[in-house]
Amino acid sequence: MTTTAPRSLTSRQPIYEGSRVPSPIPTVLRTSQELLDTGDVMTVNFGPNHPSTHGVLRLVVDLYGEDVTGLEAVIGYLHTGFEKTMEQKTWWKCITYPERIDYVSFQNNEYVFVAAVEKLLALEIPPKAVWMRTLLNELNRIHSHLVWLGTSALELGAISMFWYAFRERDLVLDLSELVTGYRMHTRYFQVGGLAEDVPRGFYPECRKFCDWMPRAIDDYESMLTRNKIWLERTEGLGLLSAEDAIALGQSGPVLRASGVDWDIRRAEPYLAYHQVDFRVPVFQAGDVYARYRVHIEEMRESVRIVEQCLDRLEHMEGEPWIADDRKVVLPPRHELHTSMESLIHHFKIVTEGFRVPEGEAYVAIESPRGELGCYVCSDGGPKPWRVKFRAPSFVALQATATCMTDALIADMIAIVGSLDTVMGEVDR
Amino acid sequence: METVEAHRETTIVVDVAGLVDAATALRDDHGFNFLSDITAVDYLGWGGGDVSGYIGTRTGRDLNSPMTQGFQAVPLAKPKRFAVNYHLLSISERPRRVRLQAWVDEGEPVPTLIPVWPTADWHEREAWDLMGIAIEGHPNMKRLLLDDDWEGHPLRKDYPVGGEPVRFSGEA
Repeated sequence: MTTTAPRSLTSRQPIYEGSRVPSPIPTVLRTSQELLDTGDVMTVNFGPNHPSTHGVLRLVVDLYGEDVTGLEAVIGYLHTGFEKTMEQKTWWKCITYPERIDYVSFQNNEYVFVAAVEKLLALEIPPKAVWMRTLLNELNRIHSHLVWLGTSALELGAISMFWYAFRERDLVLDLSELVTGYRMHTRYFQVGGLAEDVPRGFYPECRKFCDWMPRAIDDYESMLTRNKIWLERTEGLGLLSAEDAIALGQSGPVLRASGVDWDIRRAEPYLAYHQVDFRVPVFQAGDVYARYRVHIEEMRESVRIVEQCLDRLEHMEGEPWIADDRKVVLPPRHELHTSMESLIHHFKIVTEGFRVPEGEAYVAIESPRGELGCYVCSDGGPKPWRVKFRAPSFVALQATATCMTDALIADMIAIVGSLDTVMGEVDR
Repeated sequence: METVEAHRETTIVVDVAGLVDAATALRDDHGFNFLSDITAVDYLGWGGGDVSGYIGTRTGRDLNSPMTQGFQAVPLAKPKRFAVNYHLLSISERPRRVRLQAWVDEGEPVPTLIPVWPTADWHEREAWDLMGIAIEGHPNMKRLLLDDDWEGHPLRKDYPVGGEPVRFSGEA
Protein backbone atom coordinates (compact mmCIF):
# COMPACT_ATOMS: atom_id res chain seq x y z
CA MET A 1 0.00 0.00 0.00
CA THR A 2 1.56 3.25 -1.05
CA THR A 3 -0.75 5.70 0.66
CA THR A 4 1.94 7.91 2.13
CA ALA A 5 1.48 10.95 4.32
CA PRO A 6 -1.55 13.05 3.39
CA ARG A 7 -0.72 15.38 0.55
CA SER A 8 -2.47 18.44 -0.65
CA LEU A 9 -4.83 17.26 -3.35
CA THR A 10 -4.57 20.29 -5.57
CA SER A 11 -1.49 21.74 -7.18
CA ARG A 12 0.46 24.33 -5.28
CA GLN A 13 0.60 26.84 -8.11
CA PRO A 14 -2.46 27.50 -10.23
CA ILE A 15 -1.86 26.84 -13.92
CA TYR A 16 -3.70 30.05 -14.79
CA GLU A 17 -5.59 32.70 -12.85
CA GLY A 18 -9.31 32.22 -12.38
CA SER A 19 -11.49 29.79 -14.27
CA ARG A 20 -11.46 29.22 -18.01
CA VAL A 21 -14.70 27.25 -18.08
CA PRO A 22 -16.99 29.09 -20.55
CA SER A 23 -20.14 30.63 -19.15
CA PRO A 24 -23.13 30.25 -19.20
CA ILE A 25 -22.71 27.01 -21.20
CA PRO A 26 -19.71 25.16 -19.75
CA THR A 27 -19.20 23.02 -22.86
CA VAL A 28 -19.52 25.58 -25.65
CA LEU A 29 -16.98 28.21 -26.62
CA ARG A 30 -18.72 31.18 -28.24
CA THR A 31 -17.14 33.67 -30.64
CA SER A 32 -17.64 37.24 -29.49
CA GLN A 33 -20.18 39.32 -31.36
CA GLU A 34 -17.58 41.97 -32.37
CA LEU A 35 -15.48 39.32 -34.05
CA LEU A 36 -18.50 37.86 -35.83
CA ASP A 37 -19.38 41.36 -37.08
CA THR A 38 -16.03 41.65 -38.84
CA GLY A 39 -17.23 38.91 -41.20
CA ASP A 40 -13.86 37.17 -41.07
CA VAL A 41 -14.96 34.25 -38.91
CA MET A 42 -15.31 30.97 -40.75
CA THR A 43 -17.32 28.08 -39.31
CA VAL A 44 -15.85 24.68 -40.11
CA ASN A 45 -17.24 21.24 -39.51
CA PHE A 46 -14.52 19.00 -38.14
CA GLY A 47 -15.77 15.45 -38.40
CA PRO A 48 -17.86 13.39 -37.82
CA ASN A 49 -15.81 11.31 -40.22
CA HIS A 50 -12.29 12.50 -39.66
CA PRO A 51 -9.43 10.06 -39.12
CA SER A 52 -8.19 11.81 -36.00
CA THR A 53 -11.44 12.15 -34.09
CA HIS A 54 -11.06 8.69 -32.49
CA GLY A 55 -14.38 7.56 -33.89
CA VAL A 56 -17.23 9.77 -34.95
CA LEU A 57 -16.91 13.06 -33.14
CA ARG A 58 -18.09 16.26 -34.77
CA LEU A 59 -16.63 19.57 -33.70
CA VAL A 60 -18.21 22.76 -35.01
CA VAL A 61 -15.32 25.20 -34.96
CA ASP A 62 -15.30 28.96 -35.51
CA LEU A 63 -12.02 30.06 -37.04
CA TYR A 64 -10.55 33.51 -37.19
CA GLY A 65 -7.50 32.91 -39.29
CA GLU A 66 -5.76 30.10 -37.45
CA ASP A 67 -7.29 30.94 -34.08
CA VAL A 68 -10.12 28.87 -32.72
CA THR A 69 -12.64 31.38 -31.42
CA GLY A 70 -15.66 29.15 -31.01
CA LEU A 71 -16.17 25.44 -30.51
CA GLU A 72 -19.00 23.06 -29.85
CA ALA A 73 -18.76 19.29 -29.68
CA VAL A 74 -21.65 17.38 -31.24
CA ILE A 75 -21.95 13.73 -30.24
CA GLY A 76 -24.37 10.88 -30.67
CA TYR A 77 -23.24 9.45 -34.00
CA LEU A 78 -22.41 6.14 -32.36
CA HIS A 79 -25.42 5.95 -30.07
CA THR A 80 -26.61 2.37 -30.01
CA GLY A 81 -28.88 2.30 -26.99
CA PHE A 82 -26.88 -0.14 -24.88
CA GLU A 83 -28.71 0.85 -21.72
CA LYS A 84 -32.13 0.19 -23.24
CA THR A 85 -30.98 -3.11 -24.71
CA MET A 86 -29.67 -4.29 -21.36
CA GLU A 87 -33.08 -3.77 -19.80
CA GLN A 88 -34.39 -6.45 -22.16
CA LYS A 89 -31.80 -9.09 -21.26
CA THR A 90 -31.28 -11.21 -18.18
CA TRP A 91 -28.53 -10.11 -15.81
CA TRP A 92 -26.04 -12.68 -16.91
CA LYS A 93 -26.64 -12.11 -20.61
CA CYS A 94 -25.98 -8.40 -20.06
CA ILE A 95 -22.30 -8.98 -19.29
CA THR A 96 -21.43 -8.97 -22.98
CA TYR A 97 -22.73 -5.42 -23.46
CA PRO A 98 -20.54 -3.26 -21.19
CA GLU A 99 -17.33 -4.41 -22.85
CA ARG A 100 -18.61 -3.19 -26.18
CA ILE A 101 -19.37 0.24 -24.77
CA ASP A 102 -15.70 1.11 -24.35
CA TYR A 103 -14.13 -1.36 -26.72
CA VAL A 104 -10.58 -0.32 -25.82
CA SER A 105 -10.80 -0.93 -22.07
CA PHE A 106 -13.25 -3.80 -22.37
CA GLN A 107 -12.06 -5.71 -19.31
CA ASN A 108 -12.61 -2.77 -16.96
CA ASN A 109 -16.10 -2.20 -18.31
CA GLU A 110 -16.91 -5.85 -17.90
CA TYR A 111 -15.69 -5.72 -14.32
CA VAL A 112 -17.64 -2.63 -13.28
CA PHE A 113 -20.95 -4.13 -14.34
CA VAL A 114 -20.25 -7.47 -12.69
CA ALA A 115 -19.15 -5.64 -9.53
CA ALA A 116 -22.38 -3.66 -9.43
CA VAL A 117 -24.48 -6.82 -9.71
CA GLU A 118 -22.36 -8.49 -7.04
CA LYS A 119 -22.94 -5.50 -4.77
CA LEU A 120 -26.70 -5.98 -5.00
CA LEU A 121 -26.31 -9.72 -4.47
CA ALA A 122 -23.79 -9.16 -1.61
CA LEU A 123 -21.75 -11.98 -3.09
CA GLU A 124 -18.35 -13.01 -1.74
CA ILE A 125 -15.71 -13.54 -4.44
CA PRO A 126 -12.94 -16.13 -3.99
CA PRO A 127 -9.41 -14.66 -3.70
CA LYS A 128 -8.16 -16.26 -6.89
CA ALA A 129 -10.85 -14.48 -8.89
CA VAL A 130 -10.10 -11.20 -7.14
CA TRP A 131 -6.40 -11.38 -8.01
CA MET A 132 -7.02 -12.53 -11.55
CA ARG A 133 -9.49 -9.71 -12.10
CA THR A 134 -6.93 -7.23 -10.79
CA LEU A 135 -4.32 -8.65 -13.12
CA LEU A 136 -6.54 -8.54 -16.18
CA ASN A 137 -7.75 -5.03 -15.40
CA GLU A 138 -4.15 -3.83 -15.27
CA LEU A 139 -3.19 -5.63 -18.48
CA ASN A 140 -6.20 -3.96 -20.01
CA ARG A 141 -5.02 -0.57 -18.74
CA ILE A 142 -1.71 -1.13 -20.52
CA HIS A 143 -3.62 -2.10 -23.66
CA SER A 144 -5.79 0.99 -23.52
CA HIS A 145 -2.88 3.35 -22.87
CA LEU A 146 -0.95 1.79 -25.75
CA VAL A 147 -3.82 2.40 -28.14
CA TRP A 148 -4.02 5.98 -26.92
CA LEU A 149 -0.28 6.50 -27.20
CA GLY A 150 -0.02 4.96 -30.65
CA THR A 151 -2.93 6.83 -32.19
CA SER A 152 -2.22 10.18 -30.54
CA ALA A 153 1.38 10.12 -31.64
CA LEU A 154 0.30 9.04 -35.11
CA GLU A 155 -2.01 12.03 -35.37
CA LEU A 156 0.88 14.35 -34.59
CA GLY A 157 3.05 12.72 -37.22
CA ALA A 158 5.07 10.25 -35.14
CA ILE A 159 4.18 7.27 -37.32
CA SER A 160 6.81 4.93 -35.92
CA MET A 161 5.30 5.27 -32.44
CA PHE A 162 2.15 3.68 -33.73
CA TRP A 163 3.96 0.52 -34.84
CA TYR A 164 5.88 0.21 -31.60
CA ALA A 165 2.79 0.73 -29.43
CA PHE A 166 0.72 -1.72 -31.44
CA ARG A 167 3.49 -4.32 -31.27
CA GLU A 168 3.12 -4.49 -27.48
CA ARG A 169 -0.64 -4.12 -27.70
CA ASP A 170 -0.64 -7.34 -29.66
CA LEU A 171 1.28 -9.06 -26.87
CA VAL A 172 -1.43 -8.04 -24.41
CA LEU A 173 -4.13 -9.32 -26.73
CA ASP A 174 -2.23 -12.61 -27.08
CA LEU A 175 -2.32 -12.98 -23.31
CA SER A 176 -6.00 -12.17 -23.33
CA GLU A 177 -6.56 -14.85 -25.95
CA LEU A 178 -4.58 -17.33 -23.90
CA VAL A 179 -6.73 -16.82 -20.81
CA THR A 180 -10.17 -16.19 -22.21
CA GLY A 181 -10.16 -17.52 -25.74
CA TYR A 182 -10.86 -14.11 -27.17
CA ARG A 183 -8.58 -11.23 -27.96
CA MET A 184 -11.17 -8.57 -27.13
CA HIS A 185 -14.65 -8.60 -25.57
CA THR A 186 -13.74 -11.60 -23.49
CA ARG A 187 -16.77 -12.10 -21.22
CA TYR A 188 -14.38 -13.77 -18.84
CA PHE A 189 -15.77 -12.21 -15.66
CA GLN A 190 -18.90 -13.86 -14.39
CA VAL A 191 -21.10 -12.73 -11.54
CA GLY A 192 -19.33 -14.54 -8.71
CA GLY A 193 -15.86 -14.86 -10.20
CA LEU A 194 -14.33 -16.04 -13.45
CA ALA A 195 -15.88 -18.07 -16.25
CA GLU A 196 -13.05 -20.62 -16.33
CA ASP A 197 -9.94 -21.46 -14.40
CA VAL A 198 -6.70 -19.76 -15.43
CA PRO A 199 -5.17 -21.99 -18.11
CA ARG A 200 -1.84 -23.71 -17.65
CA GLY A 201 1.01 -21.77 -19.16
CA PHE A 202 -0.48 -18.35 -18.61
CA TYR A 203 1.73 -17.30 -15.71
CA PRO A 204 5.08 -17.88 -17.46
CA GLU A 205 3.82 -16.11 -20.60
CA CYS A 206 2.64 -13.19 -18.53
CA ARG A 207 6.01 -13.07 -16.73
CA LYS A 208 7.75 -12.82 -20.09
CA PHE A 209 5.52 -9.90 -20.98
CA CYS A 210 6.27 -8.17 -17.66
CA ASP A 211 10.00 -8.56 -18.27
CA TRP A 212 9.69 -7.13 -21.75
CA MET A 213 7.25 -4.28 -21.19
CA PRO A 214 9.44 -1.88 -19.13
CA ARG A 215 12.05 -2.00 -21.87
CA ALA A 216 9.38 -1.25 -24.47
CA ILE A 217 8.23 1.73 -22.42
CA ASP A 218 11.85 2.93 -22.34
CA ASP A 219 11.75 2.72 -26.14
CA TYR A 220 8.65 4.90 -26.30
CA GLU A 221 10.16 7.41 -23.94
CA SER A 222 13.38 7.58 -25.89
CA MET A 223 11.32 8.40 -28.95
CA LEU A 224 9.03 11.03 -27.45
CA THR A 225 9.82 12.30 -23.97
CA ARG A 226 12.68 14.58 -25.01
CA ASN A 227 11.81 14.77 -28.68
CA LYS A 228 11.87 18.43 -29.70
CA ILE A 229 8.99 18.17 -32.15
CA TRP A 230 6.87 16.26 -29.65
CA LEU A 231 7.58 18.81 -26.92
CA GLU A 232 6.65 21.70 -29.18
CA ARG A 233 3.41 20.05 -30.20
CA THR A 234 2.35 19.15 -26.66
CA GLU A 235 3.87 21.47 -24.04
CA GLY A 236 1.69 24.29 -22.75
CA LEU A 237 -1.29 23.20 -24.86
CA GLY A 238 -4.80 22.35 -23.79
CA LEU A 239 -4.41 23.82 -20.32
CA LEU A 240 -6.76 22.71 -17.60
CA SER A 241 -6.34 23.82 -14.00
CA ALA A 242 -7.07 21.55 -11.05
CA GLU A 243 -10.14 23.54 -10.02
CA ASP A 244 -11.56 23.56 -13.55
CA ALA A 245 -10.86 19.85 -13.94
CA ILE A 246 -12.84 19.04 -10.78
CA ALA A 247 -15.65 21.43 -11.72
CA LEU A 248 -15.90 19.76 -15.13
CA GLY A 249 -15.94 16.30 -13.57
CA GLN A 250 -12.67 15.22 -15.16
CA SER A 251 -11.10 12.02 -13.90
CA GLY A 252 -8.27 9.64 -14.57
CA PRO A 253 -5.13 10.76 -16.41
CA VAL A 254 -6.63 14.15 -17.32
CA LEU A 255 -7.25 14.95 -13.66
CA ARG A 256 -3.86 13.68 -12.52
CA ALA A 257 -2.11 15.70 -15.25
CA SER A 258 -3.76 18.79 -13.76
CA GLY A 259 -2.11 18.21 -10.42
CA VAL A 260 -4.92 16.48 -8.53
CA ASP A 261 -3.61 13.49 -6.63
CA TRP A 262 -6.65 11.29 -7.03
CA ASP A 263 -6.95 7.65 -7.99
CA ILE A 264 -9.95 5.52 -7.07
CA ARG A 265 -7.70 2.47 -6.85
CA ARG A 266 -6.00 4.09 -3.87
CA ALA A 267 -8.78 6.31 -2.47
CA GLU A 268 -11.53 3.69 -2.46
CA PRO A 269 -9.68 0.41 -3.03
CA TYR A 270 -11.60 -2.32 -4.80
CA LEU A 271 -10.44 -5.79 -5.92
CA ALA A 272 -6.93 -6.37 -4.51
CA TYR A 273 -5.63 -2.83 -4.88
CA HIS A 274 -5.23 -2.34 -1.14
CA GLN A 275 -2.77 -5.26 -1.11
CA VAL A 276 -0.51 -4.18 -3.95
CA ASP A 277 2.18 -1.56 -3.98
CA PHE A 278 1.89 1.09 -6.67
CA ARG A 279 2.53 4.77 -7.19
CA VAL A 280 0.00 7.28 -8.51
CA PRO A 281 1.77 9.55 -11.00
CA VAL A 282 0.73 13.20 -10.74
CA PHE A 283 1.94 16.03 -12.94
CA GLN A 284 1.31 19.70 -12.34
CA ALA A 285 1.39 21.29 -15.79
CA GLY A 286 -2.18 20.46 -16.89
CA ASP A 287 -1.15 20.33 -20.56
CA VAL A 288 -1.04 17.69 -23.26
CA TYR A 289 2.54 16.76 -22.37
CA ALA A 290 1.59 16.15 -18.73
CA ARG A 291 -1.21 13.84 -19.88
CA TYR A 292 1.31 11.95 -22.00
CA ARG A 293 3.64 11.61 -19.01
CA VAL A 294 0.81 10.31 -16.79
CA HIS A 295 -0.07 7.65 -19.36
CA ILE A 296 3.55 6.50 -19.62
CA GLU A 297 4.08 6.36 -15.85
CA GLU A 298 0.79 4.53 -15.34
CA MET A 299 1.88 1.80 -17.73
CA ARG A 300 5.02 1.28 -15.66
CA GLU A 301 2.95 1.02 -12.49
CA SER A 302 0.51 -1.37 -14.15
CA VAL A 303 3.36 -3.72 -15.02
CA ARG A 304 4.41 -3.67 -11.36
CA ILE A 305 0.87 -4.48 -10.24
CA VAL A 306 0.64 -7.34 -12.74
CA GLU A 307 3.88 -8.79 -11.34
CA GLN A 308 2.56 -8.62 -7.79
CA CYS A 309 -0.65 -10.33 -8.89
CA LEU A 310 1.39 -13.09 -10.50
CA ASP A 311 3.35 -13.57 -7.26
CA ARG A 312 0.09 -14.32 -5.49
CA LEU A 313 -1.64 -16.25 -8.24
CA GLU A 314 1.23 -18.67 -8.74
CA HIS A 315 0.53 -19.99 -5.24
CA MET A 316 -3.20 -20.39 -5.80
CA GLU A 317 -3.13 -23.47 -8.01
CA GLY A 318 -6.28 -25.52 -7.48
CA GLU A 319 -8.20 -22.88 -5.58
CA PRO A 320 -11.79 -22.05 -6.61
CA TRP A 321 -12.18 -19.32 -9.19
CA ILE A 322 -15.89 -18.71 -8.78
CA ALA A 323 -18.21 -18.39 -5.79
CA ASP A 324 -20.16 -21.45 -4.70
CA ASP A 325 -23.69 -20.06 -4.91
CA ARG A 326 -25.87 -22.33 -6.98
CA LYS A 327 -28.63 -19.75 -7.30
CA VAL A 328 -26.32 -17.42 -9.23
CA VAL A 329 -23.39 -19.42 -10.56
CA LEU A 330 -23.63 -22.16 -13.16
CA PRO A 331 -22.86 -25.59 -11.66
CA PRO A 332 -19.63 -27.32 -12.72
CA ARG A 333 -19.96 -28.91 -16.11
CA HIS A 334 -19.12 -32.46 -14.99
CA GLU A 335 -21.97 -32.50 -12.46
CA LEU A 336 -24.57 -32.09 -15.19
CA HIS A 337 -24.19 -35.73 -16.20
CA THR A 338 -24.73 -37.13 -12.73
CA SER A 339 -26.76 -34.68 -10.68
CA MET A 340 -30.42 -33.86 -11.30
CA GLU A 341 -30.25 -30.72 -9.12
CA SER A 342 -27.26 -29.36 -11.00
CA LEU A 343 -29.03 -29.86 -14.29
CA ILE A 344 -32.09 -28.02 -12.99
CA HIS A 345 -29.96 -25.13 -11.73
CA HIS A 346 -28.11 -24.94 -15.01
CA PHE A 347 -31.36 -24.92 -16.95
CA LYS A 348 -32.95 -22.34 -14.67
CA ILE A 349 -30.04 -19.92 -14.85
CA VAL A 350 -29.70 -20.22 -18.61
CA THR A 351 -33.39 -19.85 -19.50
CA GLU A 352 -34.77 -17.71 -16.73
CA GLY A 353 -31.69 -16.01 -15.35
CA PHE A 354 -30.93 -15.49 -11.70
CA ARG A 355 -32.79 -12.99 -9.56
CA VAL A 356 -31.07 -9.98 -8.10
CA PRO A 357 -32.47 -8.45 -4.88
CA GLU A 358 -34.42 -5.23 -5.20
CA GLY A 359 -32.43 -2.05 -4.88
CA GLU A 360 -30.02 0.32 -6.56
CA ALA A 361 -26.24 0.49 -6.49
CA TYR A 362 -23.54 2.69 -7.95
CA VAL A 363 -20.06 1.25 -8.33
CA ALA A 364 -17.12 3.35 -9.52
CA ILE A 365 -13.72 2.06 -10.58
CA GLU A 366 -10.60 3.63 -12.04
CA SER A 367 -10.77 2.64 -15.68
CA PRO A 368 -7.86 3.65 -17.96
CA ARG A 369 -9.86 6.76 -18.84
CA GLY A 370 -10.94 7.73 -15.34
CA GLU A 371 -13.93 7.19 -13.13
CA LEU A 372 -16.05 4.53 -14.74
CA GLY A 373 -19.32 4.21 -12.88
CA CYS A 374 -22.11 1.71 -13.21
CA TYR A 375 -25.53 2.33 -11.74
CA VAL A 376 -27.84 -0.67 -11.60
CA CYS A 377 -31.40 -0.83 -10.38
CA SER A 378 -33.25 -4.09 -9.81
CA ASP A 379 -36.90 -4.79 -9.05
CA GLY A 380 -36.09 -8.24 -7.75
CA GLY A 381 -36.57 -9.93 -11.11
CA PRO A 382 -34.19 -11.61 -13.53
CA LYS A 383 -33.65 -8.52 -15.72
CA PRO A 384 -32.17 -5.15 -14.79
CA TRP A 385 -34.73 -2.40 -14.33
CA ARG A 386 -32.19 0.24 -15.31
CA VAL A 387 -28.49 0.24 -16.08
CA LYS A 388 -26.52 3.42 -16.53
CA PHE A 389 -22.84 3.91 -17.22
CA ARG A 390 -20.91 6.93 -16.09
CA ALA A 391 -18.56 7.04 -19.03
CA PRO A 392 -15.29 8.90 -18.38
CA SER A 393 -14.91 9.78 -22.07
CA PHE A 394 -18.34 11.39 -22.12
CA VAL A 395 -17.28 13.67 -19.30
CA ALA A 396 -13.80 14.25 -20.73
CA LEU A 397 -15.29 15.67 -23.93
CA GLN A 398 -17.06 18.30 -21.85
CA ALA A 399 -13.65 19.80 -21.16
CA THR A 400 -12.93 20.35 -24.86
CA ALA A 401 -14.18 23.94 -24.84
CA THR A 402 -12.10 24.83 -21.78
CA CYS A 403 -8.95 23.18 -23.10
CA MET A 404 -9.37 24.78 -26.52
CA THR A 405 -9.58 28.34 -25.17
CA ASP A 406 -6.94 30.45 -26.98
CA ALA A 407 -5.77 27.48 -29.06
CA LEU A 408 -4.87 27.22 -32.73
CA ILE A 409 -6.61 24.92 -35.16
CA ALA A 410 -3.42 22.89 -35.66
CA ASP A 411 -3.30 22.12 -31.95
CA MET A 412 -6.86 20.90 -31.82
CA ILE A 413 -5.86 17.38 -32.82
CA ALA A 414 -3.31 17.18 -30.03
CA ILE A 415 -5.66 18.62 -27.44
CA VAL A 416 -8.76 16.59 -28.26
CA GLY A 417 -6.62 13.47 -28.60
CA SER A 418 -5.04 14.05 -25.19
CA LEU A 419 -8.44 13.79 -23.50
CA ASP A 420 -8.34 10.09 -24.45
CA THR A 421 -11.92 9.61 -25.54
CA VAL A 422 -13.49 6.53 -27.04
CA MET A 423 -16.60 7.47 -28.95
CA GLY A 424 -18.35 4.18 -28.31
CA GLU A 425 -18.32 5.07 -24.66
CA VAL A 426 -19.31 8.69 -25.20
CA ASP A 427 -22.41 7.81 -27.18
CA ARG A 428 -23.23 4.41 -25.65
CA MET B 1 -35.20 15.53 3.44
CA GLU B 2 -34.77 11.88 4.17
CA THR B 3 -31.71 9.70 4.33
CA VAL B 4 -31.77 6.06 3.27
CA GLU B 5 -29.00 3.51 3.77
CA ALA B 6 -29.06 0.49 1.50
CA HIS B 7 -26.47 -1.76 -0.11
CA ARG B 8 -23.68 0.12 1.69
CA GLU B 9 -24.72 3.37 0.00
CA THR B 10 -26.27 6.54 1.35
CA THR B 11 -29.15 8.17 -0.48
CA ILE B 12 -30.46 11.61 0.43
CA VAL B 13 -33.97 12.16 -0.88
CA VAL B 14 -34.97 15.81 -1.35
CA ASP B 15 -37.89 17.71 -2.83
CA VAL B 16 -37.34 19.23 -6.24
CA ALA B 17 -37.92 22.67 -4.68
CA GLY B 18 -35.03 22.18 -2.28
CA LEU B 19 -32.67 20.49 -4.76
CA VAL B 20 -30.41 23.45 -5.53
CA ASP B 21 -30.10 24.38 -1.85
CA ALA B 22 -29.30 20.80 -0.90
CA ALA B 23 -26.73 20.50 -3.69
CA THR B 24 -25.07 23.78 -2.75
CA ALA B 25 -24.95 22.77 0.91
CA LEU B 26 -23.46 19.38 0.05
CA ARG B 27 -20.79 21.04 -2.08
CA ASP B 28 -19.89 23.91 0.24
CA ASP B 29 -20.46 22.48 3.71
CA HIS B 30 -19.83 18.78 3.21
CA GLY B 31 -17.07 18.78 0.60
CA PHE B 32 -18.87 17.01 -2.24
CA ASN B 33 -16.96 18.93 -4.88
CA PHE B 34 -17.36 16.38 -7.68
CA LEU B 35 -20.51 15.38 -9.52
CA SER B 36 -19.88 11.92 -10.92
CA ASP B 37 -23.06 11.26 -12.73
CA ILE B 38 -26.74 12.02 -13.16
CA THR B 39 -29.00 9.02 -13.68
CA ALA B 40 -32.70 9.29 -14.36
CA VAL B 41 -34.83 6.22 -13.78
CA ASP B 42 -38.37 5.62 -15.02
CA TYR B 43 -40.43 3.58 -12.56
CA LEU B 44 -43.54 3.26 -14.75
CA GLY B 45 -44.92 -0.22 -14.21
CA TRP B 46 -42.62 -0.87 -11.24
CA GLY B 47 -43.78 -3.92 -9.32
CA GLY B 48 -46.51 -4.52 -11.86
CA GLY B 49 -45.88 -8.25 -12.07
CA ASP B 50 -47.54 -10.77 -9.83
CA VAL B 51 -45.99 -12.55 -6.91
CA SER B 52 -45.10 -16.17 -7.23
CA GLY B 53 -42.57 -18.62 -6.05
CA TYR B 54 -41.31 -20.91 -8.70
CA ILE B 55 -44.79 -22.26 -9.42
CA GLY B 56 -46.80 -19.81 -11.39
CA THR B 57 -48.50 -16.46 -11.41
CA ARG B 58 -52.09 -15.86 -10.41
CA THR B 59 -52.98 -15.39 -14.03
CA GLY B 60 -51.14 -18.55 -14.92
CA ARG B 61 -47.67 -18.97 -16.24
CA ASP B 62 -47.08 -18.74 -19.95
CA LEU B 63 -44.91 -21.75 -20.68
CA ASN B 64 -43.92 -20.41 -24.07
CA SER B 65 -42.59 -17.19 -22.68
CA PRO B 66 -39.75 -17.45 -20.20
CA MET B 67 -39.51 -15.05 -17.30
CA THR B 68 -43.24 -14.73 -16.70
CA GLN B 69 -42.89 -16.33 -13.29
CA GLY B 70 -43.44 -13.12 -11.32
CA PHE B 71 -41.63 -11.79 -8.29
CA GLN B 72 -40.86 -13.48 -5.03
CA ALA B 73 -41.99 -10.28 -3.32
CA VAL B 74 -43.57 -7.16 -4.74
CA PRO B 75 -40.97 -4.35 -4.69
CA LEU B 76 -41.62 -1.28 -2.57
CA ALA B 77 -43.81 1.32 -4.26
CA LYS B 78 -42.15 4.53 -5.44
CA PRO B 79 -43.47 8.03 -4.65
CA LYS B 80 -43.49 9.32 -8.22
CA ARG B 81 -42.74 8.12 -11.73
CA PHE B 82 -39.17 9.36 -12.24
CA ALA B 83 -36.18 9.41 -9.94
CA VAL B 84 -33.28 11.70 -10.76
CA ASN B 85 -30.12 10.49 -9.03
CA TYR B 86 -27.08 12.70 -8.57
CA HIS B 87 -24.01 10.67 -7.67
CA LEU B 88 -21.67 12.88 -5.68
CA LEU B 89 -18.09 12.33 -4.67
CA SER B 90 -15.78 14.17 -2.34
CA ILE B 91 -12.28 14.39 -3.78
CA SER B 92 -10.40 14.96 -0.55
CA GLU B 93 -8.34 13.15 2.07
CA ARG B 94 -11.59 11.56 3.26
CA PRO B 95 -13.16 10.17 0.07
CA ARG B 96 -16.85 9.45 0.30
CA ARG B 97 -19.88 9.19 -1.94
CA VAL B 98 -23.52 10.04 -1.61
CA ARG B 99 -26.55 9.84 -3.85
CA LEU B 100 -28.86 12.84 -4.02
CA GLN B 101 -32.28 11.78 -5.20
CA ALA B 102 -35.26 13.83 -6.36
CA TRP B 103 -38.63 12.46 -7.49
CA VAL B 104 -40.69 13.99 -10.28
CA ASP B 105 -43.77 13.16 -12.29
CA GLU B 106 -44.16 13.43 -16.03
CA GLY B 107 -43.46 16.99 -17.20
CA GLU B 108 -42.45 18.24 -13.77
CA PRO B 109 -39.26 20.32 -14.21
CA VAL B 110 -36.03 19.84 -12.31
CA PRO B 111 -33.78 22.89 -11.76
CA THR B 112 -30.42 22.81 -13.48
CA LEU B 113 -27.35 22.19 -11.33
CA ILE B 114 -24.86 23.75 -13.76
CA PRO B 115 -24.21 26.69 -11.38
CA VAL B 116 -23.25 24.17 -8.68
CA TRP B 117 -21.32 21.66 -10.80
CA PRO B 118 -20.62 22.76 -14.41
CA THR B 119 -20.22 19.12 -15.41
CA ALA B 120 -23.99 18.74 -15.04
CA ASP B 121 -24.39 20.25 -18.54
CA TRP B 122 -24.29 17.13 -20.71
CA HIS B 123 -25.66 14.84 -18.01
CA GLU B 124 -28.82 16.97 -17.85
CA ARG B 125 -29.12 17.12 -21.62
CA GLU B 126 -28.84 13.35 -21.70
CA ALA B 127 -31.56 13.03 -19.02
CA TRP B 128 -33.84 15.16 -21.18
CA ASP B 129 -32.89 13.44 -24.41
CA LEU B 130 -33.27 9.83 -23.34
CA MET B 131 -35.66 10.06 -20.39
CA GLY B 132 -37.60 13.27 -20.99
CA ILE B 133 -36.72 14.93 -17.68
CA ALA B 134 -37.49 18.63 -18.16
CA ILE B 135 -34.58 20.74 -16.92
CA GLU B 136 -35.38 24.28 -15.83
CA GLY B 137 -32.83 27.02 -16.49
CA HIS B 138 -30.42 25.01 -18.63
CA PRO B 139 -28.70 27.46 -20.99
CA ASN B 140 -28.36 25.03 -23.90
CA MET B 141 -31.24 22.61 -23.68
CA LYS B 142 -31.41 20.49 -26.80
CA ARG B 143 -31.03 16.83 -27.61
CA LEU B 144 -27.57 15.41 -27.03
CA LEU B 145 -27.32 11.88 -28.38
CA LEU B 146 -30.33 11.64 -30.69
CA ASP B 147 -31.29 13.65 -33.75
CA ASP B 148 -32.83 17.06 -33.12
CA ASP B 149 -36.10 15.96 -34.70
CA TRP B 150 -36.36 12.67 -32.82
CA GLU B 151 -39.72 11.97 -31.24
CA GLY B 152 -40.08 10.54 -27.78
CA HIS B 153 -37.59 9.57 -25.12
CA PRO B 154 -36.31 6.03 -25.66
CA LEU B 155 -35.31 5.08 -22.12
CA ARG B 156 -38.89 5.54 -20.87
CA LYS B 157 -40.65 2.31 -20.09
CA ASP B 158 -43.56 3.14 -22.40
CA TYR B 159 -41.30 3.66 -25.42
CA PRO B 160 -41.82 0.76 -27.83
CA VAL B 161 -38.99 -1.70 -28.25
CA GLY B 162 -38.67 -2.74 -31.87
CA GLY B 163 -41.29 -2.31 -34.51
CA GLU B 164 -40.65 1.38 -35.12
CA PRO B 165 -40.90 2.45 -38.73
CA VAL B 166 -37.47 2.92 -40.28
CA ARG B 167 -36.88 6.29 -41.85
CA PHE B 168 -34.88 6.28 -45.06
CA SER B 169 -33.05 9.31 -46.34
CA GLY B 170 -34.95 11.20 -48.99
CA GLU B 171 -38.32 10.37 -47.48
CA ALA B 172 -40.48 13.21 -46.32
